[in-house]
Amino acid sequence: MANFTKATSVKDWLNQRLAIEKVEKVMASEYWIPKNINFLWAMGMILAVLFTLLVISGIFLLMYYQPNVDTAFVSVNYTIMSEVDFGWLWRHIHAVASSVTFLIIYIHMFTAIYYGSYKKGREMIWVTGMLLFITFSAEAFSGYMLPWGQMSYWAGMVITNIFSLGDLQFNGLVEWIRGDYVPGQAFLNRFFMLHVFLLPLAIMGLIGLHFAALRIPHVNNQDGEEIDFEAESKKYLDGDKKGSKVMRFANDFMSKDIMVLAIFLIFFFYLVFFHYTFALDPVNLDPADGLVTPAHIYPEWYFLWSYEILRPFSVNIGLIAFGFAQVIFLLLPWLDRSPNTVPASRRGLFKYWFWLMLGNMIALTALGKLPPEGMYSTLGLISALLFIVMWLALPFITKNEKKA
Amino acid sequence: MKESSRRGFMGKALGAVAGLGAIGSLVAMKKTWDPLPSVKAAGFTTLDMSVFTVGEMVTEQWRGKPIFVMKKSAEMVAKQTEEQSARDIVVNGTSYMVAIGLCTHLGCIPAYKQKEEYFLCACHGATFDSAGLVTKLPAPRGLDIPPFKIDGNNLILGEVGPEWQALKDNGITL
Repeated sequence: MANFTKATSVKDWLNQRLAIEKVEKVMASEYWIPKNINFLWAMGMILAVLFTLLVISGIFLLMYYQPNVDTAFVSVNYTIMSEVDFGWLWRHIHAVASSVTFLIIYIHMFTAIYYGSYKKGREMIWVTGMLLFITFSAEAFSGYMLPWGQMSYWAGMVITNIFSLGDLQFNGLVEWIRGDYVPGQAFLNRFFMLHVFLLPLAIMGLIGLHFAALRIPHVNNQDGEEIDFEAESKKYLDGDKKGSKVMRFANDFMSKDIMVLAIFLIFFFYLVFFHYTFALDPVNLDPADGLVTPAHIYPEWYFLWSYEILRPFSVNIGLIAFGFAQVIFLLLPWLDRSPNTVPASRRGLFKYWFWLMLGNMIALTALGKLPPEGMYSTLGLISALLFIVMWLALPFITKNEKKA
Repeated sequence: MKESSRRGFMGKALGAVAGLGAIGSLVAMKKTWDPLPSVKAAGFTTLDMSVFTVGEMVTEQWRGKPIFVMKKSAEMVAKQTEEQSARDIVVNGTSYMVAIGLCTHLGCIPAYKQKEEYFLCACHGATFDSAGLVTKLPAPRGLDIPPFKIDGNNLILGEVGPEWQALKDNGITL
């Protein structure tokens, strides 16, 4: 047993039992971050804050929400929105934060792609990040069911039907997932459970793993430079703060982070108070009706690009293309054959690949919102094919890349 | 030696019991997610076919799904192609179009255009003719015909009768 002495202060008392000083060093003041970074390195912190906002607003919504097909719609649209004091605030925060989370995830992802932050020991950061993206997608979908409006019902119908896997006709599997022939009480109840318990639990675990994956390879920097963190941190601690290439996570990096976060939160709360309608689709203000499909059904903006990859093809090919789009990002560290860890601008053909991929994802997103008719059908098909071809071409265009 | 084989045995025994427990709980979890007996028992609907008007597309409901029903006159039947007629359900000498009103692509309800006599699915743009045959992708096949049994003037949806079995065996519906 360790030797405990009479404590000289509360801090000393805690230190003897929990080693709080040591923990603080490992987690913050001696966790080293490169200096050569820009505002895009703050996206992780913004996502952590957004997730916290989702949890807090979710707790308050949970106190009035009723997971029942007869009362869910009213509990959201009347009780929470009109009766509960500030109920609207939690709902606006919850809806806007879920939408904006995906915006920041995409920025975070494309920053990593641009700077090559998935290579040389950083593969697990990328993989856990993509698993977080998938879990967040499931979380968003399950949450979308809960108000039990028309979009909830029909999105639930269409997305669960994907599991019949086209001509494989796994209709039993679809009925098993729903617990009914169509989305009903069993369906609403189990998606409620997934949304408020199982998926958030998985997300929290994955966030822990995502952070842990950063410890050994450390955060990347603007030039992909391999920094000797031990030597640089020693330089810093010996007093040469200016000459060292690294800084403390707290308070050095945090102060930069919080600056970006503060600017982001101005934008965020502007949306929450003055421009929240983009996150609350008016079609979902009609209660769920299994006998009427809305004239146009479309997913939230952040799913449109993958929806557009599903749409232009016949059912089987569409599902294969959709499945491809869901998993292909996960394989990026192995599809990029070049050893160069530098910004895309210094990487020859990959530079064009990066900007074309980003542009095409935006095009797919725009086309996914338009009705599948005439020219839009053709453009959608071209964009979807381009997406697939570009991923298949990636190993070849990166293989012969010159050493940067 | 004796010691290590004893430990090996205990390890395997523990593994076996834990494995059985894990399989057992997976079975229980799977079955807990199955549709409830009350949901399954409510899966039958009886339609009185004599009340429909010729040429009018009516939406009924079975297992929470919309069911399209249209009574056809003799002239309408005569105009049909063989493929279209194969899908007709004949009750008491009258032909009917009966189909599950969910697009075979991903399950939206196609809207019936009365004038042009075809269905259009707004979700992904598939079309079907008035007999329920698919005329434009991405739907993989015509509208499914629900299992039915003919009982006099009544059509019992959810029960399998010989007429439906024949449609299924001929590959006309799933």
